[in-house]
Amino acid sequence: MKKYASAPAYPYVIWMLIFIIVPLLLVVWYGLFKVENGNIQFTLEYFARFFEPVYIQVFIRSILLAVISTAICLLIGYPLAYILAGSTFKNKSVLLFLAIVPMWMNFLLRTYAWLTILEKNGIFNQVLRFLNLPDQNLLYTPYAVILGMVYNYLPFMIIPIYNALEKMDHSLVEAAADLGANKRKVFRKIIFPLSLPGVVSGITMTFMPAVTTFVISKLLGGGQSTLIGDVIENQFKVSNDWNFGSALSLVLMIIILLSMRIMTKYEEENAGGGLL
Amino acid sequence: MKKFFALLLVLTLTFSICACSGSTTPTADKPLAGTTLKVFNWGEYIDEDVISMFEEETGITVVYDTFETNEDMYTKIKASGDNSYDVCFPSDYMIKRMIDEDMLAEIDFSNVPNYKYIDQKYLKQVFDPEDKFSVPYMWGTVGLVVNTDLVAEKIDSWQVLWDPKYEKQILGLDSERDAVGLTLKALGYSLNSRDEAELEEAKQALIKQKPNILAYVGDQVKDKMINEEAAIAMLWSGDGIALKMEDPKFEYVIPKEGSNFWIDSVVILKNTQNKAGAEAFINFLCRPDIALKNVEYICYATPNTAAYEQLPDEIKNDKTAYPGEDVLSKCEIFENLADSDILQTYSKIWTEVLSQ
Amino acid sequence: MRKTLNKIYTFLIYLFLYAPILVLIVQSFNESKYRGKWEGFSFKWYVEMFQDRTILLSLRNTLLIALIAATVATIIGTIAAIGIHKMKPFSKGLVMNATYLPVLNPDIVTGISLMLLFAFISIPLGFTSLLLAHITFNIPYVILNVLPKLKQMNQNLNEAALDLGASPWYAFQKVILPEIMPGVLSGFLFALTLSIDDFVISFFTTGPGVSTLSITIYSMTRKGIKPEINALSSLLFVVIMLLLLLVNSGNNKKNQKLEKNY
Repeated sequence: MKKYASAPAYPYVIWMLIFIIVPLLLVVWYGLFKVENGNIQFTLEYFARFFEPVYIQVFIRSILLAVISTAICLLIGYPLAYILAGSTFKNKSVLLFLAIVPMWMNFLLRTYAWLTILEKNGIFNQVLRFLNLPDQNLLYTPYAVILGMVYNYLPFMIIPIYNALEKMDHSLVEAAADLGANKRKVFRKIIFPLSLPGVVSGITMTFMPAVTTFVISKLLGGGQSTLIGDVIENQFKVSNDWNFGSALSLVLMIIILLSMRIMTKYEEENAGGGLL
Repeated sequence: MKKFFALLLVLTLTFSICACSGSTTPTADKPLAGTTLKVFNWGEYIDEDVISMFEEETGITVVYDTFETNEDMYTKIKASGDNSYDVCFPSDYMIKRMIDEDMLAEIDFSNVPNYKYIDQKYLKQVFDPEDKFSVPYMWGTVGLVVNTDLVAEKIDSWQVLWDPKYEKQILGLDSERDAVGLTLKALGYSLNSRDEAELEEAKQALIKQKPNILAYVGDQVKDKMINEEAAIAMLWSGDGIALKMEDPKFEYVIPKEGSNFWIDSVVILKNTQNKAGAEAFINFLCRPDIALKNVEYICYATPNTAAYEQLPDEIKNDKTAYPGEDVLSKCEIFENLADSDILQTYSKIWTEVLSQ
Repeated sequence: MRKTLNKIYTFLIYLFLYAPILVLIVQSFNESKYRGKWEGFSFKWYVEMFQDRTILLSLRNTLLIALIAATVATIIGTIAAIGIHKMKPFSKGLVMNATYLPVLNPDIVTGISLMLLFAFISIPLGFTSLLLAHITFNIPYVILNVLPKLKQMNQNLNEAALDLGASPWYAFQKVILPEIMPGVLSGFLFALTLSIDDFVISFFTTGPGVSTLSITIYSMTRKGIKPEINALSSLLFVVIMLLLLLVNSGNNKKNQKLEKNY
């Protein structure tokens, strides 16, 4: 019996090979080979271009903004998940569901709505003026991009954490309290470690799309906080340079998988959980 | 929760059954009835009544899809082989590329009698010098829109983009080809320049311009200008004219150094399965009343003389919507640069400008 | 005191999540077609929306694709997660990394590479290819939601059931599934959400006549977004909320029971 325990994964593995690995090989092909006069040649020139200062700078900015947004998502998402999981409200799952419904409205429309809120004569500044506070020009700054990312990926953080907390064995909490641990200690020693799988899942689901996003920086950053996703997008859509675009996305993949690996390394249990 | 999804599913299914269309068979006056024509166009680039009218008159079923950029359209058509579209609407430089790559079918103009309404001015262009493959659909320019409430002086030059008076008051165009190309134009070079020194100069100019730029935007330009978020914006003529019509305080200017002049045309794809239907469609689009309907809906300029004649006088005589030869002679069409490495240089310049 | 604070906090977060939706709804009643200008209250975009065949057709495709793709992805993903959970660390790591790839790849790369794949194995671009693409990028999110639940589960339960003579299928239904249900459900929700919102991958993997709402909306850039789209989104939003309310008020008792089972 044990021998076949992983058998349920096989259909997916086949699916994965066809629809994930084969397309990936295409990306590798474009990133590493070029066809010149009918000859196929291995080349590292596309990878070399990544190391030009301008692209490194864009790349660092992408990682930085994604890390900040993920951290904010965790900071404001964890308490909400915690409150929801501990709430006595009858239909908790409805509340949770409500966290994700906004994302069913088209992304572009929601982001446009943020423009209406944040712009110079927008709703946010109208409110500030009403309160006799000075105007804030948030739009078209990196802050607006971070806001856009947090707004978009917050549910990706809340839900896995909620699920983990919800599933927690509450007798452990009670036992710890009975043994004299104060609330803080209970949280630090029991609750947080137990919710860790959810936190890791949440970080993964927030950070990865945040690094590769492109529309948010265009719309809320006014095109002035170019991210690596924008650059890759451009190689395919404007510059007609699929090779460079593929090379860039390969670099992106490798670096992120590595950095996620470092981030989750301390968690022994997760050693076989992927991320290299 | 389960019930919720069950309900949602039922609603979707009911809805999807409601939305389908019938088919007909050919008759003497509708020889093409029952066939299908697959059309690929820019979003919001046709009056949708036109499609229904065409279907009614010919019995052809139109499958209508939209794309966002020329490059998206090109990639899609290139990859999808036989199961592709019959008719699409590329811009000038893309038409050239598609001709060069043998993706387009020659149009049989005996099936397009309404072609005679197309103004000679817009024919024999560099991208299709013998007019074998394309029929102009809309054309326009790129220019500046100025909110005269906020800008007292008369604007007639790209130089205003570098005027320190307008710090954070200007909206740029979020398109590297336009941004770099028009900067080249402002510096007195060709907007198709492949000269490294000229491109470097354009890059420095763009970087110098950045303190004035509030944001590089796309289609939100109109909303932003109406909302008085900025005083000056770079945009396409159709948007400029639409703004002027919305509020007379806006002025659309084609700067004196010249600008980009563009044409979007209708073409038939090589592996079309309904060439006759495609030609009937193009002929229909060239019919004066239909061309008029479309131009009134889209706001760009029509190359159709008969439709032009029927436009209201204030549009007809508007030198910004329909600039004269004196202005157009200074404007250039974008050439296809995809055959060279120069697009990569553009891309790098643009990334560097944005990252400053 | 603490409870009130909790309530305020929850309210603020939801306000943040819903603020743009409220703006969108208000704008859908704006007579003007421009975002920044209020010209008076009007239902005209709602009327025009129902006469717009492109919008209606895209809406149909969007809902169909999203529901089918999310359902299939949830089934494949959940079963896969159970298998992956039992894998040896090495193969588990391998499979998981491959699983992250579609999440990591910028959409344009996933979209174009899938398009090339479909051309290569001669699946014509259309409804089927679009569906396959959506299932593919949905599965990782399902797995990512289900795996933590499996990790938290008491590992002995399933084996105990099997030892007591339950068939693997019976044990799955009675032991594993109830334990991981919240993860499965949120995986489904994520899948649905991503499907509804995706533009780039959809654009490159669909064929003539199969447009989704996102494709239609994004391609409106030449002339600007039609206000009808705001009307449609607001309407959809209200329908979803009503459905939610309906299901909940009618089945409060049942729901409570369900919740306990989860």
